[in-house]
Amino acid sequence: MNNDVLETPPRYGLTAILLHWFMALLIGATFALGVVMVDIPGLTPTKLRYFSWHKWLGVTVLALAALRLLWRWWRGVPPAVDMPRWQQQASVIGHALLYVLMFGVPLSGYFYSLAAGVPVVYFGVWPLPVLIEADPALKPALKELHIALVYSMLGIVIVHLLAALKHHFIDRDGVLKRMLP
Amino acid sequence: MKTSNLFKVLMFLTLMSSEAAWATPLKIDTAKSTVSAVFKQIGVGVESRFLKFGAQIDFDAASPDASKASVDIDIASFDLGDPDYNREVLKKEWFNAAQFPKASFVSTKIRGNGPGKLEVSGKLTIKGKTSDVSFPMTVKKEGAVQVFEGNLPIRRLTFNIGEGEWKDTSVVADEVVIRFRVLAKP
Repeated sequence: MNNDVLETPPRYGLTAILLHWFMALLIGATFALGVVMVDIPGLTPTKLRYFSWHKWLGVTVLALAALRLLWRWWRGVPPAVDMPRWQQQASVIGHALLYVLMFGVPLSGYFYSLAAGVPVVYFGVWPLPVLIEADPALKPALKELHIALVYSMLGIVIVHLLAALKHHFIDRDGVLKRMLP
Repeated sequence: MKTSNLFKVLMFLTLMSSEAAWATPLKIDTAKSTVSAVFKQIGVGVESRFLKFGAQIDFDAASPDASKASVDIDIASFDLGDPDYNREVLKKEWFNAAQFPKASFVSTKIRGNGPGKLEVSGKLTIKGKTSDVSFPMTVKKEGAVQVFEGNLPIRRLTFNIGEGEWKDTSVVADEVVIRFRVLAKP
């Protein structure tokens, strides 16, 4: 089926590809853990462990997002593949939103944790900066924001995924192959 | 005349005896005083306050060794900053507040240890278990107010705080410090 693609357009570099798939994996794991942990009723050691792991994963995603953005600015991206103008624009907006959310989701979670009076200690060893004091009034607002951003991200990731599959199986324009290792 | 003399003698004796038995207890400013538990949860330091407690302190800087102190803590007032968690820690495996609503400390011996420094020994009771503890305490004057401060290190498992799966000290550390700052006036 892949042979039907007439020519392979310029691909992403190996670092960009690795960052993309590693982050996809981490974001998926962080999301799944988040959904599972908030469903655990009451208070259990498992719940506290999951919350910690979720925060460590989230901080890792944030750091990788920063690295990835810097890499993108430095190395650029392959030129756009031929497609209708609206699709081109939609992809620019979609990717921009994904970048905003790769920062926004972990940051909102980080500040939610601080507002709840629980600073993040990375891997239980490295204390990360306490940028705001515990704030019971701000806590519920940041919780709502975190949830809203997470589900916005989920929505855009689903569109991102469907678009990639459409390019691969319907348009057969090699867009997906640019991001495959 | 006679009755009035007798009255005076009785008054004198009463005053004398009360002076001898107690250095005058200080008035505790509970609104400004704080008692909290400091502990680690998966590497994260947490300080949570007991919002309701009462204390009695008899202290005279001139004779610190005659001091006495007792504290009563209302377990249900423990505030972890989250209503769900606050309900959870009152349950049986944590504080069992239904059966043991109060924690208490009663001093057995207080010794002056240089200016503004005291060495306190006493009995700490939490969740029905009593343990002998001793810890350093400082006292300083801020205007008319006397400020007593100290850190009392304990191990939560000594008092069965956190039973069953909560015995796992990799989640909630065994070491807990009871931190207090008590403001009192004569």
